[in-house]
Amino acid sequence: MLYREAGQYKSSYAADMAIFPLREDRIGIAVILGIAFVAIPFFGGDFFIASVMIPFLVLSLAAIGLNILTGYTGLISLGTAAFMGVGAYSCYKLTTFFPDVNIIVLILLSGLFSAGIGVLFGLPSLRIKGFYLAVATLAAQFFLQWAFVRIPWLFNYNASGAIEVPQRTLFDIPLTGASATPETRYFVCLGLVVVLTWFASNLVHGKLGRSWMAVRDMDIAAELMGIKLLDAKLMAFAVSSYFAGVAGAMMIFFWYGTAEANDVFTIRLSFNILFMVIIGGLGSLIGSFFGAAFLSILPTALKFGLPALGIPLTGAAAEHVTFMLVGALIIIFLIVEPHGLARLWQIGKQKLRTWPFPY
Amino acid sequence: MSDIATRPAPNLLASPLVKFGLVVAAIVAALAIGIRFDSSNTLYAIFVDPFQQMVQAPDLLVQTIWEGLVAGVLYALIALGFVLIFKASGVFNFAQGIMVVFAALTLVGLYEKGVPAFLAVVITLGVMFVLAVAIERVVLRPLVNQPDIILFMATFGITYFLIGFGEALFGGNPKQMIADQLYLPKGAIDLQILGGLVSLQKIDIAAAVIASLMIGVLALFFQYTRIGRALRAVADSHKAALSVGISLNQIWVIVWFTAGIVALITGIMWGARSDVSFALEIVALKALPVLILGGFTSIPGAIVGGLIIGIGEKLGEFYWGPLVGGGIESWLAYFIALGFLLFRPQGLFGDKIIERI
Repeated sequence: MLYREAGQYKSSYAADMAIFPLREDRIGIAVILGIAFVAIPFFGGDFFIASVMIPFLVLSLAAIGLNILTGYTGLISLGTAAFMGVGAYSCYKLTTFFPDVNIIVLILLSGLFSAGIGVLFGLPSLRIKGFYLAVATLAAQFFLQWAFVRIPWLFNYNASGAIEVPQRTLFDIPLTGASATPETRYFVCLGLVVVLTWFASNLVHGKLGRSWMAVRDMDIAAELMGIKLLDAKLMAFAVSSYFAGVAGAMMIFFWYGTAEANDVFTIRLSFNILFMVIIGGLGSLIGSFFGAAFLSILPTALKFGLPALGIPLTGAAAEHVTFMLVGALIIIFLIVEPHGLARLWQIGKQKLRTWPFPY
Repeated sequence: MSDIATRPAPNLLASPLVKFGLVVAAIVAALAIGIRFDSSNTLYAIFVDPFQQMVQAPDLLVQTIWEGLVAGVLYALIALGFVLIFKASGVFNFAQGIMVVFAALTLVGLYEKGVPAFLAVVITLGVMFVLAVAIERVVLRPLVNQPDIILFMATFGITYFLIGFGEALFGGNPKQMIADQLYLPKGAIDLQILGGLVSLQKIDIAAAVIASLMIGVLALFFQYTRIGRALRAVADSHKAALSVGISLNQIWVIVWFTAGIVALITGIMWGARSDVSFALEIVALKALPVLILGGFTSIPGAIVGGLIIGIGEKLGEFYWGPLVGGGIESWLAYFIALGFLLFRPQGLFGDKIIERI
């Protein structure tokens, strides 16, 4: 009754091709954006915004990046964290060289460096396929992580060997650095994520996205149909690394504030983002958000939720239980719904369409 | 790529040997010219100096190669566990590394509780068997017929679970492997080779011997026993194996149990060289380049790959590492494997990849 396409006629091709062809969907997205832009900063506390919402947004963007590569193009990558690191370090260098340029512009630019490195490490993908490629991307992960530590030029020869985020302002409001409020950082992150998601959505619904999906389903067949594999695969690597790079820059500048490559851009982060993509749903943008929400909020929720339920857990034990629960939940999710949360979402919408008289 | 029809008849360049020879000749020529004009000595430091060092101090070279060999054997052991499972069930088992840690921790933990050493080994084997059955029941059976990447992810779930479980049971502190109680030798043999002392750790020799023995036993097991035949049948084709009445579930339990035994032996050997801790997990990632180098489906590939990677990375670290500030061991293995992959995308010994539309 609430969610039904009956009676909604489309009178132009543009209306038919719209991302949200249903009025209910458009209302839904408006409500979600309203909550994100108004309700959360208004009602959410500093702690909630800084340690739940900002990580969620940053990780969603990284998950979208990996989803473009793995979900849409079918190339498995275990080097996402390294590409995020490239974004973070190049943003740091850029803001050192051009302190007067707006930091948001620099963050968007730093993704380009990451894209370049991504293309470089994507070159073997033409010859190497499947899990072999996954291991090849590990080369990128470990090499770049090594480079972040061993090339002192990258972190401006700091004694600590870490990125120390300087203060950057827009209209005299501090955006980054210690004096930036969580709300400001949240708004910048949210804005970037919304714009980039819209961009990604247009990409995957367009010609490029279709060629990626053809390559994913069978690359030889796609080649026979006239899709240039070199272009399609390298483009996927470039776009994916661009998103990862922007996410990495955001991670350091808006979330961590200071970071060493050895603690942040590790193989574990790469794996976590791959989890998000798979649990959220391969080849689905909204799935990336679901996956990121699930895996970034779950540890926090377990940490604070279990004591609230009356299960006393302290320090180390809590961490062990969290590990076990995350592991078990991953397996359970894969068994119950291997296509991820996005599929559950779809099933839910389908059920809602026929409610209250399912056939 | 696109102009198949206009491609000329087979030419000399198509032969990989000729191609390889030409590439090598070109590189040597380029170097010979380059070094003449090289003012900062970079080329000299990369291409000449290390080899001079090797010739001048052959004992160091032997020592480095030996260390690489030992590391390679241990990488090969971890890779062997991967290959066993991949062959039989098509699962890319990421949990092999944590299984090594878990087996070693169980063994040490039991011993600390006062169980005699050899009884502890037997009980640990029992634990690995229970683990194999549990994984088959809880994880593999419900996920039959899912895409590879889903199964791969499921082994990640197992990894996380085992990390949490292992730490909760045994604590996160590094432990001492009970090498003495298992009558593993210790100390070193110093050999006079090529005008220098080369010291070989006895435990390393034991590791190499035990690894070779185990690989031999596995080969015999695969070749001559009923279960081994069934395993090879399943590896060839799940459907065909099912149709002649081989129980897939049973085979999977056996394979995961075998991988568990391999994990225990690896854990004992690796633990005797250093500590038993969760840092071993990182070592397990080193088994991945070994795997792709050798091919996912080949047991000899795992061994040869392990040796190439082990020796390659030790030589690289020792002779070329200082040029770029050291620590290149963390990524060199992956680049060695990548280099091989560019010429053989299925690995050295992997099955030829045939793609059909």
